[in-house]
Amino acid sequence: MANVTLTINGQQVTVPAGSTILQAAEKLNIFIPTLCYEPILTRPASCRICVVEVKGSKNLVPACAALARDGMVVETDTPEVIEARRTIIDLLLANHPMDCLTCGRNGDCRLQDYAFMYGVRESSFSGEKHNYPLEDDNPFYIRDMNKCILCGKCVRVCAEIQGNSVIDFTYRGFNTKIAAFMDVPMSQSECVFCGNCVAYCPTGALQEKYLRSHARTWEVQKVTTVCPYCGTGCTLDLNVKNGKVVGVTSTDGEVNGKALCVKGRFGFGFIHHPDRLQQPLIKKDGRLVESTWDEAIQLIATRLGEVKAQYGADAIGFLTSARCTNEENYLLSKLARAVIGTNNIDHCARL
Amino acid sequence: METLMDKCCDKCQHSPTTPCRDYVRCRKNGPICHQDENCSRLRQELLARVYMKPEAGMKYILICSGTGCISSGSPSLVKAFEEELAKNNLQGQVAIRITGCHGFCEQGPIVIIEPEKVFYRRVARDDAAEIVSMHLVQGQLVERLLYVDPVTGQAAKTYEDIPFYAHQQRLVLQKCGHTCPEDIQDYIAHDGYLALTKALFEMTPQQVVDEVKTSGLRGRGGAGFPTGVKWQGALNAKADKKYVICNADEGDPGAFMDRSVLEGDPHAVLEGMIICGYATGSDEGYIYVRAEYPLAIHRLKIAIAQAEQYGLLGENILNSGFNFRIKIKAGAGAFVCGEGTALMQSIEGNRGMPRYKVGRSTEKGLWDKPTTLNNVETFANVPLIIRHGGSWFASIGTEKSTGTKIFSITGKVNNTGLVEVPMGVTMRQIIFDVGGGIRDGRAFKALQIGGPSGGCLREEHLDIPVEYDSLIPLGAMMGSGGLVIMDDTTCMVDVARFFLNFTQAESCGKCTPCREGTKRMLEILNRICEGHGVPEDIEVLEKLSKVIINTSLCGLGQSAPNPVLTTLRYFRDEYEAHIYHKRCPASVCQALLVYTINQEKCTGCGACARACPAGAITGEKKQPHTIDLEKCIKCGSCLTRCKFDAVVKQ
Amino acid sequence: MTNPIADIEGANFILALGTNTTETHPVIATKIKQAVRAGGILAVVDPRQTELARLAHYHLALKPGTDIALLNGLANVILTEDLYNKDFVAERTEGFAAWKETVLKYPPEVVAGITGIAADTIREVARGYARSANATILYTMGITQHICGTDNVLAIANLAMLCGHIGKPYSGVNPLRGQNNVQGACDMGGLPNVLTGYQPVADPDVRAKFAAAWGVTSLPEQPGLTVGEMMEGAAAGKLRAMYIMGENPVLSDPDSTHVVHALEKLDFLVVQDIFLTETARLADVVLPAASFAEKDGTFTNTERRVQRVRKAIEPVGEAKPDWQIICLVATAMGYPMQYGSPAEIMAEIARLTPSYGGISYQRLEQGSLVWPCPSPDHPGTPRLHVGKFARGLGKFHPVEYVPPAELPDEEYPFILNTGRRYFHYHTGTMTLRTGALEEYYAQEHLEINPADARTLGITDGDRVRVISRRGQVEVTARVVDTVPPGVVFTSFHFPEVAINRLTNTARDPVAKIPELKVCAVRVEKIA
Repeated sequence: MANVTLTINGQQVTVPAGSTILQAAEKLNIFIPTLCYEPILTRPASCRICVVEVKGSKNLVPACAALARDGMVVETDTPEVIEARRTIIDLLLANHPMDCLTCGRNGDCRLQDYAFMYGVRESSFSGEKHNYPLEDDNPFYIRDMNKCILCGKCVRVCAEIQGNSVIDFTYRGFNTKIAAFMDVPMSQSECVFCGNCVAYCPTGALQEKYLRSHARTWEVQKVTTVCPYCGTGCTLDLNVKNGKVVGVTSTDGEVNGKALCVKGRFGFGFIHHPDRLQQPLIKKDGRLVESTWDEAIQLIATRLGEVKAQYGADAIGFLTSARCTNEENYLLSKLARAVIGTNNIDHCARL
Repeated sequence: METLMDKCCDKCQHSPTTPCRDYVRCRKNGPICHQDENCSRLRQELLARVYMKPEAGMKYILICSGTGCISSGSPSLVKAFEEELAKNNLQGQVAIRITGCHGFCEQGPIVIIEPEKVFYRRVARDDAAEIVSMHLVQGQLVERLLYVDPVTGQAAKTYEDIPFYAHQQRLVLQKCGHTCPEDIQDYIAHDGYLALTKALFEMTPQQVVDEVKTSGLRGRGGAGFPTGVKWQGALNAKADKKYVICNADEGDPGAFMDRSVLEGDPHAVLEGMIICGYATGSDEGYIYVRAEYPLAIHRLKIAIAQAEQYGLLGENILNSGFNFRIKIKAGAGAFVCGEGTALMQSIEGNRGMPRYKVGRSTEKGLWDKPTTLNNVETFANVPLIIRHGGSWFASIGTEKSTGTKIFSITGKVNNTGLVEVPMGVTMRQIIFDVGGGIRDGRAFKALQIGGPSGGCLREEHLDIPVEYDSLIPLGAMMGSGGLVIMDDTTCMVDVARFFLNFTQAESCGKCTPCREGTKRMLEILNRICEGHGVPEDIEVLEKLSKVIINTSLCGLGQSAPNPVLTTLRYFRDEYEAHIYHKRCPASVCQALLVYTINQEKCTGCGACARACPAGAITGEKKQPHTIDLEKCIKCGSCLTRCKFDAVVKQ
Repeated sequence: MTNPIADIEGANFILALGTNTTETHPVIATKIKQAVRAGGILAVVDPRQTELARLAHYHLALKPGTDIALLNGLANVILTEDLYNKDFVAERTEGFAAWKETVLKYPPEVVAGITGIAADTIREVARGYARSANATILYTMGITQHICGTDNVLAIANLAMLCGHIGKPYSGVNPLRGQNNVQGACDMGGLPNVLTGYQPVADPDVRAKFAAAWGVTSLPEQPGLTVGEMMEGAAAGKLRAMYIMGENPVLSDPDSTHVVHALEKLDFLVVQDIFLTETARLADVVLPAASFAEKDGTFTNTERRVQRVRKAIEPVGEAKPDWQIICLVATAMGYPMQYGSPAEIMAEIARLTPSYGGISYQRLEQGSLVWPCPSPDHPGTPRLHVGKFARGLGKFHPVEYVPPAELPDEEYPFILNTGRRYFHYHTGTMTLRTGALEEYYAQEHLEINPADARTLGITDGDRVRVISRRGQVEVTARVVDTVPPGVVFTSFHFPEVAINRLTNTARDPVAKIPELKVCAVRVEKIA
């Protein structure tokens, strides 16, 4: 592919033809803010926060979508550009609840970051603000359309990644709103609650219900692991606070990217469910009663030993598990074959 | 031969499945493939019936069936005239024909008697008897139904005598009001599809493109992009599929140029599109027309069906090997769908929102295929250019803006309606010669050109020739031809607010500056009109306008602040009066009005006090009354009720 | 899977058989949708009108259990219309001639009679599959859980080889495995006939290698019992003790009543799990295991990708990771088993398993690895059979259609089909305890066609009893036209609707998979 060479803030850079100005700037480590841009989604160039000055161009140009061209001269932080960006942030804040103190996305919000970066402490406009009711009637995520900046990422995620197109832009002008067909709550829509939209939302408009009400952004430690449900093998981040898993967020998985399904993203609650077995149990007089590890292990060793002695190794069967790790499956096979001496080991792969 | 599809004899083979390249020319001046007196005579007889030939001795009653005249009652006239003709045994000598719009809708329903060109206006059902008995039987004009010039008081005997028409140059609108839009034969009889025939058999696609380039035709939708250059781009594009789209999503409030053309001469648009398809290598066209134009859609459907039936649309058109199909896509009436990329999104089945274009639509348009998008008026010009040549077309208008332009004049002028004038005439000519000047003898104050995102100009701009490039430096634009005339009773802040209200409501909501920025501008204007303006408001409006223009995604946002900027530029004093003095100089902004009673004129009759719903007026009987400004809700009831002109509004 | 999941996106034609992908593998389904969005053609073979079927260009709603007839029919069209890949067949396969004889017995009209799918549809799909540059086949339990499950899979392989749609990008034969580490459990020798990496126990060299590594004199030579056979053995008193780690056969295995009976008959039952499952309740000893969040390890996904599982929190209560528990048991039985970490176990696995030979925790920290990965410098093998099949030449196996073991009759007039729901997983052990999923999808239903519902006087929301020769459950009816007449459907997630009390234990003779997808039932409205 051919290359193009352009100048950004006085620095020359060469990128493959078809690259955007943003990509060229990234190569030079020149920062350009973005809200609606997401590398793997189509580029609507709609938030306009990424505008830059291109010599010879009548208006400012969105760096996220405009292609870099040979000989182009770009400036990313002229007073005009800064003024435009500040105005856009100002306009977004004018219609935004300024409740960062209690917002679940505090500390993990692009709008907050840019307001800080460009020094917009509050909006200079005093006019109408939306007052949509909070949508929290499903157990998975909340939708606060008052915090929506209409970047449309959720719409594109739903269409382009999840492939369901449950939501789209509705209404017009200032009343534009992301909604499901007929503006029904998500619980009454075709939404499957994969939460992939939540993973991409740059503000507090979409928040994981449990996670964002139980932990501040900076309180959680993220541990990257693999989803325990189906065989797809999606990578996800367990969010841990005070030794407890409080939520799941997307990371850049090799199989799944940021996509997860409702089980992977919102089905973590079993980990700390009160029904979890916390102690060995031994059946005494027909009832399972708590015991110690020593007692339980000894009992197993004794009883298995007895059965083996009396009926032979092949009188013992092992079911290993499609839910356990490779290492554990390997060890159970070793236990069956090397310790007990039987090939009676199987699992529900057949089921 | 009963119709133009009938064969004169067995030698004629034309049908959609066995097309003949000479079909159109043959019906006009045939037969071409053989010599036969009888066949020739059959044609002439048929054409005489179809085409109004005075020598045939026929008279015609043309009843306007444009949307305007239909709504003022023209459909009932058809039946009334039929009955009257029957009563007077005139069926063989007088024919009734419905036509498209004359553009002078405020005078509708319009009835024209041909060949004598008599123009009857505001014809009611009961007038049919008189027109038939007086005019058609006795040969006398029905004077009371003639148009009277409000300026001179003269009655116009023919439409050529009416100043509204006399100052126009009707090329695109030539057939509107004179031919039947629901009969392809009428179009063919009036040289229709000759341009297509010429293009297909005498020109290569490149030659067609060159002819359009020579003509200098520029897009009539607003942006004024050279049509030939656009077509060249599409012709050059390499693709397995290309599209032609006709933008009939006419959205400017009060503008109805495109609707009139579609209703009055739909085949001209189809012919233009087919020629474009041939020139650019496309085999499929869409007409994106708003669903609020049911009559236009109805007539387009008829026209498409007839063109297919006559072998002028479809496979192997006129045996040229060229295929072209046209589909209609009815839009839901979103203003923004007039924007090319939003329109294409809408055709593709998505919400009509503009998309950021990397490159031109002629490279990647509808479904990412090369697409030629022109509006109705542009396509309607094409057959004329092909038939008469690009140089002929270029000789009309000015050097950089050739041909004519249709404007829709509304507002405070005597003659409102559609007018077609050569490019380069002045606003003064349009407003005062064609439009008959300002209504009620008031003073001209401003004009707004270019639709809701155009600009407001004032007296000093009246003599500037109207063309694409002359308006830009003034902060206005040609747009699709909307023209609103304002007199001295108009508040310019209120006007800016009105247009911004429209663009804000019609913003698709996609990009931040347009969606949020116009909202805040509108709020500021509302504040100013309500008397709560602050000095910084003007600066904020200008600053916001600049950012919105500079950063909006599509033309809607980029031009939305124009009405505000131009009113700030040319009528700044009115803003200042609102802000600093809390006064509306034109006495329009209700919140700023002050109603008082002239103590000298007041007779103390008490009518105003009785009319006041707020109980704000008090006074002794026979003594001058006064208005309590605290209580006054500024409804104006007292003003209308006072017989002594004692109530003063300021 | 022969190909990576990512390859699905690039397929021009996707033939999805017996897979309700949008519900069971939602993220893989997104790749299918993306392929369709990009212009790919999707053909879905499923008796039910699943979401995937609604998305498909072709929905082949076959009669349950008639897959072989359909697959042979597709091959028949491709053969008779001369659309097959002659070079591939000549160079890469064997057994073509014999197989052809069988397939020629399945012209579309005959197949239409068996499957209920129009002959022309069979032709169109066959042509589409054969002519596409890249065509991939996806399937899950709708193919395998039949008495002819093995033959179903062979018929799929035949079709892919016929068109050469295997061993290249975006094409292939791709079973989508239903559980996070079902692939790994098999890879690790969790099967009665093989050790790790599918090394047969019958092979003396293999046994010798493992015996040496494990420090024992010998290893058992005879293949062991499959899960179904264990249940039978237990019921018959031949199997006396069982050790069950992380499985819930009471809900997941066919004919649960029989399973409970068998487990109860054991002298000794150990269950090691994170919850007190329906199976654990029957145990003599229950050991509390750590969940996935509480331990390190690796899972191998359906595309053979080995990925790191990382410990995020300490085990709850006194729970321990399964690997530690096994070590304790082994040690207590006189076999000292000690590992400092799962990484050490993986090192041992890699030493003993050629396909995992190059896999180590050190490498996995840099990213996942797809086996076969024989050596530390091997990049892994996302695509199998490129250039050459594992066995050399690909073999065409002639397979014939056989009807399901239990077909509807007057007494049991419906076919019961079972599967999963989007919001739940397997026996519901985890998903019914999340505080979210079970709140949103709280109750199971029996899906029944409106025509059948009318005949039985059932309306939406009625309680019904579903009865087979083996057992019965009560459930709420949902009247929907997504199941065809004569078929009812429900899931096995909910203990209160333990549908496997009804299912049939009839098994595939080779893979020993029970025919969970088809059994005969009757449905009664509960007055």
